[in-house]
Amino acid sequence: MQCPKCHAPMHTYNRNGVQIEQCSGCRGIFLDYGELESLTRLESQWSQPAPPPPPAPQAYPAPPAPAWGAPHGGHGGGHYGGHGGHHRHKSFGHMLFSS
Amino acid sequence: MTATATPLLAELTVRAEATAHTRTPSCPCGESVTLADRPDATVVRHADTVAKAHAPHTGLRDLAPRLAVAAHLPGILLPPLTATPVELHGRVVTFWPYGTPVDPDMPDAAPWEAAAALLARLHRTPVPPAAAPLPPMRGPAKAADAVARLAAASAGSAAVPHPAVAPVLRAWATLPAWARAEAPMPDTTTLCHGDLHLGQLVRHPAPDGPWLLIDVDDLGTGVPAWDLARPAAWYACGLLPPDEWTRFLTAYRARGGPAVPADGDPWPALDVPARALTVQTAARAVTKAITGNRPLDEIEMSVIDACARMGSLPPQLTPTSAK
Repeated sequence: MQCPKCHAPMHTYNRNGVQIEQCSGCRGIFLDYGELESLTRLESQWSQPAPPPPPAPQAYPAPPAPAWGAPHGGHGGGHYGGHGGHHRHKSFGHMLFSS
Repeated sequence: MTATATPLLAELTVRAEATAHTRTPSCPCGESVTLADRPDATVVRHADTVAKAHAPHTGLRDLAPRLAVAAHLPGILLPPLTATPVELHGRVVTFWPYGTPVDPDMPDAAPWEAAAALLARLHRTPVPPAAAPLPPMRGPAKAADAVARLAAASAGSAAVPHPAVAPVLRAWATLPAWARAEAPMPDTTTLCHGDLHLGQLVRHPAPDGPWLLIDVDDLGTGVPAWDLARPAAWYACGLLPPDEWTRFLTAYRARGGPAVPADGDPWPALDVPARALTVQTAARAVTKAITGNRPLDEIEMSVIDACARMGSLPPQLTPTSAK
């Protein structure tokens, strides 16, 4: 997506399971419905005497991708073949074998 | 072979059988199988022999040095059975040993490491000396062809253009002239396959020999990152999972492939070819949607969405050579 303020491309970041779009130009941040509440909830959990944190869900950082790439892990992108990465979409299966 | 076979297909089948029987007089002689019958290639298999009628525009002058490279690099490319093509119904025909392809129903078993290792070896191999010079690899020309077909299909269709045409053409316009086949490529010495996808790998001897690259129609000298750019584009479009892309890229680097730097961000080298192949894939999909009057599916849309994002982002500056 593009920044509504300066129209530079926005990149998706994952912060504690919350998807955040940040503008690559003015660094402004876009939050979807409910994401501010999720962050507030995480903040309040942080200030409590914390239980031991669960292991990080993502063991390896995603390899670099170009700015025009799909917003990985974000909404509207990251199909990985369509169905959770386990069963490839038929159309992508065909694409893998086509000139 | 069926009753509806074209004269070309019928004659190609006869030739495949004759060649197979020359190789194996005691041929078990099952039925001949049509492996492909498309406008750009007709391919027939009989026992351990494959006969291929190349695309109608294929010239012997360009194909002969490409066949010579395949004959010269037996551990990388499947070698042809005969050095000289024959002509059949105006088409150039070549003969090959049969190899087992990647199972299209099991793309999860894709041999990413083997593909990467073969490409790294190909890219590191000096162009073999030959009687005729090897032409440039045809990657950019194929992308330009796909875009030209899209423009023609769009011009020949409804008064209101298909909404996906504009973002694809805009993305094409962001590319440098060499990637659009309008100028020579910045690398004119590296040996490239020119059209890598999972259909271009076979195990020979069948069924479990080592993996080899097939299809030399687009092989030539050029920018080697083009051969990495289909998996790169699939990954960038969110279609190929990160771990499969990482396996492919890591294996290529481990074998000293020269298309990308040995470590660090590979995208300065991959950006332009991956954009071009994303545009090519999108152009083919939209052309089919227009001519077949059908909607685009979710996978095709993700490629067109990537084109739309490219339109507002100039390509990364590429080094003139990664070597």
